[in-house]
Amino acid sequence: MARSRSAKIFRENMGTNNPVFVQVLGICSTLAVTNVLKNTVVMCLGLVFAVSMTSVTISALRKGIPSQVRMIVELLVAACYVIMIDIGIKAYAPDISKQLGPYVGLIITNCILMGRAEACALTSPPWIAFVDGISSTLGYSYVLMTIAVVRELLGSGTFWGISVMPPGWVNWSIMVMAPGGFFMLAIFMWIIKKFWLIPAQGGATNA
Amino acid sequence: MPDTLSWFTVLFAAVFTNNILLTNYLGMCSFLGASRELKTATGLGSAVIFVMTTTSVLNWVVYYGILKKLGLEHLRFIVFIVIIAAFTQIVEMIIDRVSARLYAALGIFLPLIAVNCAVMGASLFMIIREYTFIQSLAYGFGSGVGWTLAIMAMAGIREKMVRARVPQGLEGAGIALIIAGIMALAFTGFNGMMNIS
Repeated sequence: MARSRSAKIFRENMGTNNPVFVQVLGICSTLAVTNVLKNTVVMCLGLVFAVSMTSVTISALRKGIPSQVRMIVELLVAACYVIMIDIGIKAYAPDISKQLGPYVGLIITNCILMGRAEACALTSPPWIAFVDGISSTLGYSYVLMTIAVVRELLGSGTFWGISVMPPGWVNWSIMVMAPGGFFMLAIFMWIIKKFWLIPAQGGATNA
Repeated sequence: MPDTLSWFTVLFAAVFTNNILLTNYLGMCSFLGASRELKTATGLGSAVIFVMTTTSVLNWVVYYGILKKLGLEHLRFIVFIVIIAAFTQIVEMIIDRVSARLYAALGIFLPLIAVNCAVMGASLFMIIREYTFIQSLAYGFGSGVGWTLAIMAMAGIREKMVRARVPQGLEGAGIALIIAGIMALAFTGFNGMMNIS
């Protein structure tokens, strides 16, 4: 029973209930770093760690948290994990830490984190909460990494910092600037909805 | 270097060239969620201006007055988020007691703001860029105004968009992101004037 429930949650968070293109949550802090793939990967790993660990912790403590102060408890737990991530990145990848700037700290206010804690961790046992946290952030990560690959490729002509475009390639500087992120995310959502989600639902949602 | 920027430069840059929403993508969730009506957008915007200005100043005082002196800079995330959450809670209670009309206009938005990334983001940027007290005040206020400007423009456009036909699959958030992209494109036009990042 528990096993099939966790498998179902995992599948849903990857596809039909994906936090980015279905729920449109949590794009704040991470979209900003999608102009370079390496930064995106580091940021996404940080997010996966922070959200899954926060979900487990909240879920383990759920009977002891008074409902009036649950928001601040969630934020405090998240902040502890984010501080660990920040120190870790600073120690092992100081260059990336400098480039990420304030965005690591902003994982705390990422809506996915609060959303998962409120929607799942407060009512489920730790294992379910862990699966939910890790799958929703993985579902989020693959979307952002796809965006990052396209933006880096078109914007700087590189992949993971290595030049791959043919000589004479002119960089689309719009892609590394802010508007490129908005357009890429919108196009990605459009393609996914048009060719996957709407056909999957039998074309029922032509609102 | 940051000392040379006048408060007006920081203010102007925070509103236009380094708009916290359109160049840093902060505060996107409430931006997409609450931009369907101009009235809601205005209410949320004014609450954000107020909270962002005050929390930037409070966080500046706490960071340089307490954390830095004790060598506890790494605790800033936890301290900032608690200050922001506690501040919004207190303001909500005060507004509730003092003015029912103001509460109806702003009060319902305050809990939302506690988790608005833009508020936290403004505080973190101000620390990273090593702003002075006056610059932080200008930056907090300017970021709030810039965010409000963006969400109000967005709400105005979306109100007109209600009757427009949008391609299938692009309704809702998709088209909102495209509009935001075009707005960001327009705002990059200010870049030639000054840049603080």
